[in-house]
Amino acid sequence: MAAGQPNRLPHGGRIDRSQPLAFSFDGRAFEGFAGDTLASALMAAGVSLVGRSFKLRRPRGIVGSGAEEPNAIMQIGEGAAAQPNLPATRVELRGGLNARPTRGWPGVRFDIGAVNDFFGRVLGAGFYYKTFMWPRSWWKHYEHAIRKSAGFGQAPDGPDPDRYEHMNAHCDVLVAGGGPAGLMAALAAAKSGARVILADEQNEFGGSLLASAASIDGVPAAEWAASAVAELQGLDDCVLLPSSTVFGYHDHNFLTIAERCAVHPGSSNGEGVRERLWRVRAGQVVLAQGSFERPLVFCNNDRPGVMLASAVSTYIDRYAVLPGRRAVVFTNNDSAYRAAISLAGAGAEVAAIVDSRFGGDGRTGPAGELGARVQALGIPVLAGHVVSDVAGRRRVTGASIARWNGDSWGNVRSTIRMDCDLVAVSGGWSPAVHLHSQAGGRLDWDESRHCFLPAEARQAHFSAGAGNGKWSLRECLADGLRAGADAVSKLGLKPVAVRAPDTDADAGENPIEPLWRVPAARDADRCPRQFIDFQNDTTVADIRLAVREGYRNVEHVKRYTALGFGTDQGKLGNINGMAVLANVLGKAIPEVGTTTFRPAYTPVSFGVCAGESVGELYDPVRTTAIHEWHEAAGAPMETVGQWHRPWYFPRDGEDLHAAVARECLAVRKSLGVMDASTLGKIDACGPDVVEFLERIYTHNVGRMKVGRCAYGVIPGEDGMLMDDGVMARTGEHRFYLTTTTGGAAAVLDWMEKWLQTEWPELEVYLTSLTDHYSTIAAAGPNSRSLLEKLGCDIPLDKESFPFMTTRPAVLAGMRVTLFRVSFSGELAFEINIDSNDALAMWRKIMEAGAEFDITPYGTETMHVLRAEKGFIIAGQDTDGSVTPVDLGMNWLLSKDKDFLGKRSLERPDCLREDRKQWVGLLSQDGRTVLPEGTQLIGDAGKPAAMCGHVTSSYFSACLGHPIALALVAGGQQRKGETIHAALSGRDPLPVRIVSPVFYDPKGQRQHV
Amino acid sequence: MKRYSALGLLRNALDYNRNWPAAWRSPEPKKSYDAIIVGGGGHGLATAYYLARDHGLRNVAVLEKGWIGGGNTGRNTSIVRSNYLWTEASLLYEKSLQLWEGLSRDLNYNVMFSQRGVYNLGHSLQDMRDIERRVNANRLNGIDAEVLGPAEVKRAIPCINTSPGARYPILGASLQRRGGVARHDAVAWGFARAADALGVDIIEQCEVTGIEVRAGRAVGVATTRGAIAADRIGVVVAGNAGVLAGMAGLRLPIESHPLQAFVSEPIRPVLDTVVMSGAVHGYISQSDKGELVIGAGIDAYNGYGQRGSFPVIEHAMQAIIELFPAFSRVRMLRLWGGIVDICPDACPIVSKTPVQGLYFNCGWGTGGFKATPGSGWVFAHTLAHDRPHDLNAPFSLDRFASGALIDEHGAAAVAH
Amino acid sequence: MLLIECPWCGPRAETEFSYGGEAGIERPADPYALSDAEWADYLFFRRNPRGAHRELWHHAQGCRRWFGVERDTVSYRIEKSYRLSGAGSGRPAAAHIEASKEKRR
Repeated sequence: MAAGQPNRLPHGGRIDRSQPLAFSFDGRAFEGFAGDTLASALMAAGVSLVGRSFKLRRPRGIVGSGAEEPNAIMQIGEGAAAQPNLPATRVELRGGLNARPTRGWPGVRFDIGAVNDFFGRVLGAGFYYKTFMWPRSWWKHYEHAIRKSAGFGQAPDGPDPDRYEHMNAHCDVLVAGGGPAGLMAALAAAKSGARVILADEQNEFGGSLLASAASIDGVPAAEWAASAVAELQGLDDCVLLPSSTVFGYHDHNFLTIAERCAVHPGSSNGEGVRERLWRVRAGQVVLAQGSFERPLVFCNNDRPGVMLASAVSTYIDRYAVLPGRRAVVFTNNDSAYRAAISLAGAGAEVAAIVDSRFGGDGRTGPAGELGARVQALGIPVLAGHVVSDVAGRRRVTGASIARWNGDSWGNVRSTIRMDCDLVAVSGGWSPAVHLHSQAGGRLDWDESRHCFLPAEARQAHFSAGAGNGKWSLRECLADGLRAGADAVSKLGLKPVAVRAPDTDADAGENPIEPLWRVPAARDADRCPRQFIDFQNDTTVADIRLAVREGYRNVEHVKRYTALGFGTDQGKLGNINGMAVLANVLGKAIPEVGTTTFRPAYTPVSFGVCAGESVGELYDPVRTTAIHEWHEAAGAPMETVGQWHRPWYFPRDGEDLHAAVARECLAVRKSLGVMDASTLGKIDACGPDVVEFLERIYTHNVGRMKVGRCAYGVIPGEDGMLMDDGVMARTGEHRFYLTTTTGGAAAVLDWMEKWLQTEWPELEVYLTSLTDHYSTIAAAGPNSRSLLEKLGCDIPLDKESFPFMTTRPAVLAGMRVTLFRVSFSGELAFEINIDSNDALAMWRKIMEAGAEFDITPYGTETMHVLRAEKGFIIAGQDTDGSVTPVDLGMNWLLSKDKDFLGKRSLERPDCLREDRKQWVGLLSQDGRTVLPEGTQLIGDAGKPAAMCGHVTSSYFSACLGHPIALALVAGGQQRKGETIHAALSGRDPLPVRIVSPVFYDPKGQRQHV
Repeated sequence: MKRYSALGLLRNALDYNRNWPAAWRSPEPKKSYDAIIVGGGGHGLATAYYLARDHGLRNVAVLEKGWIGGGNTGRNTSIVRSNYLWTEASLLYEKSLQLWEGLSRDLNYNVMFSQRGVYNLGHSLQDMRDIERRVNANRLNGIDAEVLGPAEVKRAIPCINTSPGARYPILGASLQRRGGVARHDAVAWGFARAADALGVDIIEQCEVTGIEVRAGRAVGVATTRGAIAADRIGVVVAGNAGVLAGMAGLRLPIESHPLQAFVSEPIRPVLDTVVMSGAVHGYISQSDKGELVIGAGIDAYNGYGQRGSFPVIEHAMQAIIELFPAFSRVRMLRLWGGIVDICPDACPIVSKTPVQGLYFNCGWGTGGFKATPGSGWVFAHTLAHDRPHDLNAPFSLDRFASGALIDEHGAAAVAH
Repeated sequence: MLLIECPWCGPRAETEFSYGGEAGIERPADPYALSDAEWADYLFFRRNPRGAHRELWHHAQGCRRWFGVERDTVSYRIEKSYRLSGAGSGRPAAAHIEASKEKRR
């Protein structure tokens, strides 16, 4: 016996006794071995109280050995690398592991909340819904108290130090589960030339073989598994994924697998990948995820020391841990006999096998090999008996045994009492049909096996092994082989003959007899609790109560009693719950129905689902070719769509307002320069381009001469403004279109859709140039001088290169396209240049502009300058409910043609005179800058109906007063009227409706 | 109806809970009713309850093809708020919120309406303009609303990432303190129990297979449990509205899409409020049991499958980790999908139809749960009076022809 | 995640595509001949069937072509995908352009 491991067996198991590992649990130091799970190490150390139930806070021990474990829910590690809620059965032991129980206050061993157990009857199913309503406002206080006891583990306290990644893969056959059936299926498929992925949730392949006493082809089962894995590794195109759970089966044979990589769950080494999400598109899928053993439902069946029989075998045979010294085995089927045999073999005393079967036929145990073996071991079998109750609170101390008369709902008197510290139970097996069901497959109740079996598949998958109701090892191996060959045939490959291995494992020839609830000394409402969902404390009485209250549908019962809503998602208790419900309703189990399984099969971290796309890779920022200059200049950035754009360029500690005032004045007085590269740019060409654009834009595109620019708007078919921008006719059959920064992709999609789906007869080609070209806007009275100083090969004077025209040119020795357009109302040139040259051009401009005190400006100044001129920003001054007419753009709407959205403008609501229309606003006090988003009301009285809102608002340094733009009901006819701005915390402020053009209304400055 | 009370709870406990009555009967359908509500979700049950309580119409049946509350009522993230942008929408949702505030008492059923506050985050200057606009409009409509800066957001939600270097930095938020969450199943059950007590027949496992129209008037329905006549028929079947409309020869401007949500394993309380972000497409709260309840985006394609595509979940996870970096190691327990019926303007239809005596209540899109009591209340009024209440008059079918849409897309880019 | 067959590029993951709604909605030749209700029908009213649905998809991150797909809205099974014009649409040459008409929203 190892030191400090009183329950460790001296030999056997798949643990490495040469590698002791120190760990702590609940603040105490323990030791286990490499190959242990946290659960097996705790059990070896003699720790039996590991958790508390959710509602009643009952003391709980380890029940299972796998994903079904409901009680041993642990907090692993601490700080930012902590991992809440891992079942101890799924934590591989590592040196230094720090585990803590997650329920119980002040601790798991003494929990004040255990008082709930005494009030349990008041806390029956649905009690929340019936109480906490008085006094009316007190729910929040009650809830506050209830929330205090919410949850299991704690979220980490900082950003995840680890990385995750996604891997896309295709394969011919994905095999989910690497037990005997899965290994055989993978062998059959891979040997036939199929590309195979084999995934298993455990760190070793083999599944049940790892804890099996049987031999296959003459070697111990685990050895056979190792050789099968070795064989698969030697085959081409066979990917083996241990520690990988297939957790989702989605449409079109797309499956998701969470692979746990080298880093241990509760720690971080800050390097490498912690978990990997495999996104697999599989040709065929073989589902071989095994089955879950069901507990039996009797009084106090949740006491520490009551365990699944298969888990008892697993702890003994795989981990060399003895879960108890004196055991009672309680079963309704053959499989638990193996636990009895394992226990006896490990030196434990098996007080009795209590078998509910064979009561009527006078036998004392099962026929065949199993019966002979237990008889040979001298294990007494109490046939036709049941364990009706157990004694002990923190650990089982004894079992009460009664004769079973076949009536689940009558009362029985127990006649036998046996001392024991372990009750190994088996209520039969439920195939893990989760993925089959996720994939839309039907489930059928099997009347002889008493479980749901996968029936007709809806996608391309086959079930195999215990997951297909094949309980014996021999059947499992054969079924896996069959499924692998079926998958290969479906793929159109020729299956290569693979021999089914031989095994000495017993077949388990005595049929299971259902035993869904064990009767007790009193009726099911009054007897000690009989648990169905351990984690959520759902009992038989709760299900009866739900039905009594009219919650009769299985979904209602589940939701009303919380059955199946724990972290094990009902893997342990759901079938028992449904069967008890069927019993209570007097229906057959399939009439009660199944539930639909949804991902995840077992919980998966948010991190692995998110993958790499977090932090700076979360929706990566787009920046312009000149971005590094802006950063070096210290410009704060504004997020616009996907882009980061310089917001303003502060000098000497200026704030936003000071910088923007300076930048605005510089443009108006001398020269400013802006990086406008984020504007969407589309090249449209082809013989029918004019016709096409006539349908998209509202103005008369055909009247534009080559070399001309025009402002255009694009309405949706509902007539509402979608986007706007300047377009230029660069050739007879070629246009250069610009869009807003945020609208670039949407506009291109919009155009392509019409072109391809509605007007395929038009020959037009659309190409995005947004990233190809950068745009530098030079604005201000000195902008022409700047270009001249840089050296330009074309004349720039007003007559040769008038406003709203475009010319190709060579500027500062670089090829550019110049546009004489202006978004500021000043003389301005937009320089389009290959993005590779943009930064060099920008630097030259800054250098040449020094003599004009050239001032770089950002988005905020751009907004002020355009607002002074009454130019809209689509998306800021519009919101999807604004037509070009509302914006005062009637002049842009051609009367000579149809265009998309034109018909919608004639709908009654679009013709209303009191539609919200775009106007300018001036604060009557001459100094208040209205907050953008301020609502407008007609008069200052109350209650005030809203008549519009402020869309844009700035202090205009150039004009010396604030200006605002707004949508106001009937605004275009109300110029000169005074309305009010409803300011929060202040009296309404009178504002005057004016034209939206505040500066240079005749537009002379841009024409010079 | 036997009222629930603290004393009753104790008394029943002493009696081993053996004498609780059924929360609602399961009657056989009668040959005819004054009104039939098709659809036993929250909205339908609420409609029946208010018909019986406020309009004296007690010979009413609710027909449910499956089990009550089995559709979107039991598949949402249970957020309740009324801070919509447009006056028409916000007044309707505000009516609903006011009903929520007294609902547990009205129904004598604790629906656990928990006013934990709802934060709508702003991540860009335009987001903040929109928030300012919406908050100002809400206040003028008498709806509580505040604008908060990033520091206030951080104070209220310590685990949120307000770093200015974040990809979508939090520039502020709107807060509706009266908003919150409720227990979704309880809403259906509470309305069912209260409606049943007023005489309403709740008939489960009864699928409507046809609507009988005679001379332009709906006179009854064909069901899997026989024909049932009715003076008026209200259809409240969310994602299946189009299918039912087709039975009466009507068309609806609705498309049905999958909408997914998921919960984490229960963890200790870490998030005490509801957080929504349109820019990153995620919304999150923590249930009283400790689960993080998270809503993902809508799948783009039409679908009635009650399931969506996994990349939508991946994206929601990325959004949540962006907002709450510490949740990366928390694990998703379960994900599911609902069917949302979406109108072109993201607003519902609660309306008479061209068929006399036939009324539709649908198109709630992602916003249906919070509207449950209000929707039932105005729909009951519409059925009882054969004309809409002022609150739902703007939500009639004819708005699509006139163009008078109520475009909540902007304000509810991510909605729920 | 759906697997969608682009008629030009072959089967690709759904994330490469964007969705374009119901196919076959033709823009009225003369919008002004329509009543407001008829215009609304074109703008907003969709079949939204529970079952077989003809719809448009765009290979946004591939060849940028729009194409048609027949998909079941309950099982999500895709019966076929087809080009809107040119060979291979599975319809008479004259008809395929007509059949490809559609509209947004």
